[in-house]
Amino acid sequence: MTVLETMKIALEALKLNALRTALAMLGIVIGVASVIAMASISAGASKQIEDHITNLGSNLLFARPGSTMIGGRQGGSGSSLPFRESDVAAIRQSIPEVAAITGNNRTGAAVIYGNKNWQTSIQGVDAAFHEVRNWHVSEGRGLADEDVRRKAKVAVIGQTVARELFGETPPIGQRIRIKAVPFTVIGILEKKGQSGMGNDQDDTILVPISTARARLARGSSPVPDPVDFMMISVADGADMGAVQSEIEDLLMKRRHIRPGEQADFDVRNMAEFIATRTATQATLGLLLAAAAAISLIVGGIGIMNIMLVSVTERTREIGLRMAVGARERDILIQFLVEAMTLCLIGGIIGLTIGGIGAAMFARLGHWPVLLDPVFVAVGLVGSGAVGLFFGYYPARRASRLNPIEALRYE
Amino acid sequence: MTERPQGRSPVIEAKGLCRHYQQGSELIRALDGVDVTICEGEFVAVMGASGSGKSTFMNMCGALDHPTAGNIKVAGQELAEMDNDALADLRNRYVGFVFQQFNLLPRTSALNNVMLPLRYRRGLPADAEARCMHALEQVDLADRASHHPNELSGGQQQRVAIARALVNDPKLILADEPTGALDSRTTVDVMKLFQRLNEGGMTIVVVTHENEVAGYAHRNLFFRDGKIVEDTGDRAGRAAS
Repeated sequence: MTVLETMKIALEALKLNALRTALAMLGIVIGVASVIAMASISAGASKQIEDHITNLGSNLLFARPGSTMIGGRQGGSGSSLPFRESDVAAIRQSIPEVAAITGNNRTGAAVIYGNKNWQTSIQGVDAAFHEVRNWHVSEGRGLADEDVRRKAKVAVIGQTVARELFGETPPIGQRIRIKAVPFTVIGILEKKGQSGMGNDQDDTILVPISTARARLARGSSPVPDPVDFMMISVADGADMGAVQSEIEDLLMKRRHIRPGEQADFDVRNMAEFIATRTATQATLGLLLAAAAAISLIVGGIGIMNIMLVSVTERTREIGLRMAVGARERDILIQFLVEAMTLCLIGGIIGLTIGGIGAAMFARLGHWPVLLDPVFVAVGLVGSGAVGLFFGYYPARRASRLNPIEALRYE
Repeated sequence: MTERPQGRSPVIEAKGLCRHYQQGSELIRALDGVDVTICEGEFVAVMGASGSGKSTFMNMCGALDHPTAGNIKVAGQELAEMDNDALADLRNRYVGFVFQQFNLLPRTSALNNVMLPLRYRRGLPADAEARCMHALEQVDLADRASHHPNELSGGQQQRVAIARALVNDPKLILADEPTGALDSRTTVDVMKLFQRLNEGGMTIVVVTHENEVAGYAHRNLFFRDGKIVEDTGDRAGRAAS
């Protein structure tokens, strides 16, 4: 018998008990659907992070206080002293490959305009921020060195903040209050969208770093003119690794750390920084997929159950097939193909549902989703394998029936 | 399959054939020393009370079982020496079964039911459909080839089952109570069909407990307690001994 004929027989047998078949298949459908949805969603997130890295540009360095990972131990971030404004100036002046550098003091605050208020993140930055992040204004003007020098109470707001606070009102020239300090809106940033971590980058306000220090900082700092972290863009064509270690050496010297000792700060390529997040995300994705795979196995047990029932019900048919010359192997293959057909149909339905589910998730949750053809293949092969594995025992039982007893079975 | 001259070559040869099995602590001697030879072209009725061993003998003739002791040759092949696959092939090529309950596959056309034994040959013959149609013609059901079993009467279903038994051109047809589920009129039809096939040279062994059915056969074997207690010999004068 050819496999195709065997499959036709299997489909006939499955059609006979449509409801039972559907219920048995349900486990596989749910299993494959969740595997596909989970895999697509986590792959989508990884893909977005990659895109984000590309978008950030590979020439961006990120320096923050806190020790690097050494020997598997990581010092708490912020446990060491912040950088200082003079560090920023030193890097800008002594390393020619640095194209632009900005300090960044970030804080969260409620912003008030009229009777509206909005919780957002306030970034105290230098005028160079626009160049470093290649992120300019779409309306009004950006921060200028003059604003920083004068500690001007001016703000450049993100698109989300503009929408939430001002609605239809043109924001430029309006006064907003951040932590009770009045600021004048001078510009609106270009729309940037979501970051690789899934947060809304447009939900932010830029103010001069000097103003942020003087007016918005919480408590007193252990150093004068503190800088929480620095963002540095490296000139095109420069060797990122070399610039990175130059900055490290300079900061080591300035923070009085001898060569060979552990640094209490961290200079990293933005890509590296985000890559660690990606790794976390990938682990999470793997866990989700594993949970989904367990449901596939549970589905397989359902298949085994239904196949055992089917073998019992069709004992006489098996006896007849043996009487007319079916070998044990023929019976074994027939029931294996039947179990696999059941699982594959379930797998195909599951793929469809999983794909639709992921797409809906993408739409409603504004989450990027990536349906890789590899997942489709894995879903199909996986459900086939479940059929093979869980169908084997019932099929073997069928093939081992004694034809005489099988023919006499009532 | 080699053609043999009709009439003399043995299809079933049993010598001291025993089939014992354990049921709980009791040893059942289903067959306890059976010596019999059935030759090509014979029409034999196997009779006996239930538990007499006639069904076990039937299964042995159909290569569905291995002997415990003694030996039996079916179509010249010694069953005791064969593994399960070889037995399956023997059943496929040399034996056609007919059952009391017809055992047709439901929701499957008569033609496809008849084709079932061909499917278990190594490779479906190219003329499979023609052979099935020929088998259906032999039982006068060529016009019902596309009908499903539930669209056929009991007698027609049994004739489809007989066509299925014929399709591989077997040496032997084994019928186990073939008329047990039929009324008296269709019983006559089916037995006449067997008679006609036998006149065409087919060897037929029918297990039955009905004397009228046995009356169509040319030779009757009576079983009791696992032994043949009476063998009428071939009244048509066709068999050996």
